Amino acid sequence: MTEPLLRLTGLTKAYPGVVANKDVSFEIQPGEVHALLGENGAGKSTLVKTIYGLVKPDSGTMTLEGTAFTPAEPRAARAAGVAMVFQHFSLFDAMNVAENIALGMENPPPQREIAAQVRKVSDQYGLPLDPDRVVGELSAGERQRVEIIRCLLQDPKLLIMDEPTSVLTPQEVAILFETLKQLSAEGTAILYISHKLEEIRTLCDNATVLRLGEVVGECDPKATSAREMAELMVGTKLHVPEKAAKPAGETVLALQALSAPAPHQFGTALRDITIDISKGEVLGIGGVAGNGQDELVAALSGEMRVAPDMVQFQGQPIGQLPPNARRKIGLLAAPEERMGHAAAPDMSLTENAIMTAMTRENLTTKGFLHWAKARRFAEGVIKDFDVRTPGPANAARSLSGGNLQKFVIGREILQAPDVLVVNQPTWGVDASAAAAIRQALLDLAAKGAAVICISQDLDELMEISDRFAALNEGRLSAPRPAQGLTVEEIGLMLGGAHDMEVAHVDA
Amino acid sequence: MDLSAINPILLLASLMVAATPILLAAIGELVVERAGVLNLGVEGMMITGAVCGFIVAVNTGSPWLGFIGAAIGGALLSVIFGILTQFLLSNQVATGLALTLFGLGLSALMGQGYIGIKAPSFPDWHIPLLGDIPVIGPIIFQHDPMVYLGLAIVAATWAFLKYSRAGLILRAVGENHEAAHALGYHVMRVRMLAIMFGGACAGLGGAYLSLVRVPQWTEGMTAGAGWIALAIVVFASWRPGRLLLGAYLFGGVTVLQLNLQAAGAAIAVEYLSMAPYLATIAVLVIMRAGRAPGSLGQSFHASR
Repeated sequence: MTEPLLRLTGLTKAYPGVVANKDVSFEIQPGEVHALLGENGAGKSTLVKTIYGLVKPDSGTMTLEGTAFTPAEPRAARAAGVAMVFQHFSLFDAMNVAENIALGMENPPPQREIAAQVRKVSDQYGLPLDPDRVVGELSAGERQRVEIIRCLLQDPKLLIMDEPTSVLTPQEVAILFETLKQLSAEGTAILYISHKLEEIRTLCDNATVLRLGEVVGECDPKATSAREMAELMVGTKLHVPEKAAKPAGETVLALQALSAPAPHQFGTALRDITIDISKGEVLGIGGVAGNGQDELVAALSGEMRVAPDMVQFQGQPIGQLPPNARRKIGLLAAPEERMGHAAAPDMSLTENAIMTAMTRENLTTKGFLHWAKARRFAEGVIKDFDVRTPGPANAARSLSGGNLQKFVIGREILQAPDVLVVNQPTWGVDASAAAAIRQALLDLAAKGAAVICISQDLDELMEISDRFAALNEGRLSAPRPAQGLTVEEIGLMLGGAHDMEVAHVDA
Repeated sequence: MDLSAINPILLLASLMVAATPILLAAIGELVVERAGVLNLGVEGMMITGAVCGFIVAVNTGSPWLGFIGAAIGGALLSVIFGILTQFLLSNQVATGLALTLFGLGLSALMGQGYIGIKAPSFPDWHIPLLGDIPVIGPIIFQHDPMVYLGLAIVAATWAFLKYSRAGLILRAVGENHEAAHALGYHVMRVRMLAIMFGGACAGLGGAYLSLVRVPQWTEGMTAGAGWIALAIVVFASWRPGRLLLGAYLFGGVTVLQLNLQAAGAAIAVEYLSMAPYLATIAVLVIMRAGRAPGSLGQSFHASR
């Protein structure tokens, strides 16, 4: 066996109160696609930050191509040939694509040359990107392309990817995988972090599983089932959401030719969306980011007002009603962005519970808050949805992404809505928490509520939806029964790979 | 009222002089805010610069050394702010306000023996050829060197932010300090340097008041110029070009209202005194198009 590209030996890193990594050792060969698996909080992020020079290990050593590798800072790691695509995009909203890319490079050429290189690489790998666009106005999928191209421009030896596919369609994922396989064939090693086990099975050569900071196993993902890997990650048997068959109920929410202009310059206009949603149904809406998901949620939640007849709730026109009036009658929504949209980061969980539950849970009298009642409600959410936090007085910011997601979804579900709209309910949430959220949505539907689940995770939609529809440039396709729908059919419904082409790398 | 008493050429010429202290202080604060730090201590740094500059100039007889002393004085005061906010993570708003109060008190103490003394004179430059052009010459090309230095600093700052790598990093730190840190940039180092630059510029602006504009030392002589500088930065949407416009507009209306007062305009003096503030804010609000740096005013700690 040749000398590995990167060898980790006994890496340990402790923070006050938690051991993030405990005696972690594994090797990555040149050109290998190596998966790093683990639940939220298993220590994956700390480990990759150690490799990228952002965290100094307490003990243990790393060697890169046979020589000791102790990057004091990311600059040193980049100089040694390690590049990283971050889970939470490390982008600068007010700057354009070329400037963002220049910031991630050691010795960037002048802006104009970067723009030319971006065009070349984005064309080569089928990731179209305009270098002059301002990043703040790009969709999540496009932002990720910026991150990926930023890495590719540095010709890395090791590319670390933290949850790269969470916002991509199957076609985009396929193209990304072509790119990654191409890179791997060119000799670039890839350390791939994902919750999506099927992806790891198709892409990766080797997998290391972390649990509570320790390596609990290594496996060949091509020879191991997704379920086995999930159970290795969680350490227990995995609970798969169960869908009970149920008859179609009466229509509770109807959209009548719902149209709305784009709310801002780079938003998407909603075009002529007509659909009936019945009681007890889960409607899955798929589509690539930036095709009107945010606008549709806004039109349903009441953040964006439309003509009264366009949205009808139990036969009543409600298109003009503001969010709280809609909550009162039973139409609730949980938006995609947890921090800042669904929850106020610096306020406590009790206060965050009050924000949406005030009307339905009667948490106020004549403008005065019932703190005790609000706290009980928040405690109920924490208990029922297994939110891991010391208590409802903690700030929303202190929760991990998955825990906060459980809280914001649970907060709406416990208000017993008649219609619940959720956008990306399990984005960046680990496998067991995601299963719990999906189960809760199904339970809600089983009790007779209608659930509209907008997601880019098609596996998720297939798992919970009764009917599936696709959003494409603000238009909603005709819904089809989810049972028996194949990935190819879904791809066609999504309108093919939006704005994408297959990588044509001349290597 | 005798409007003929107002000489339009003289009026326009004094506009540049009236605007210079605010321009200097504001361009420094602009750099600080683009790095993501809100330093409300501009007034304190200005007046400290004013007294430091005055003391050095009187003792050495050289206004140039005075300006250097003022820049060092302002920068030293800003270092206190930097250490408190960047390393000890104190609240930037409260610390900045405290810095202003501290600067006002400190300058009064330092300047006690210097009240009533005249500063060494700082001659105007009569730029050859350009200064001889009729009308334009006296308006633009017959000022003291600090007026042109101020303009040069604004132009250099604009070019620095727009074209240089270091300027890009500075903007990145101000826009999203977490991401800048993740990419391996030194958030605190960049911010400390920006804070010191801001202090030095505020000091220069203060010294321009005590050495050129007035020119003598009185307690509290900045009289709110630091606050105007802060406001101009915000209303100029953190852009050097608009900042220049705002400062000149403010200077222009100030000079005009003083002239109108002298000419005995039939408007209450209070309204005239208000005019520069109202005009500046009105124009910059109408033109306003831009948003604050993303991390402005937030403390950064590399905890993750």
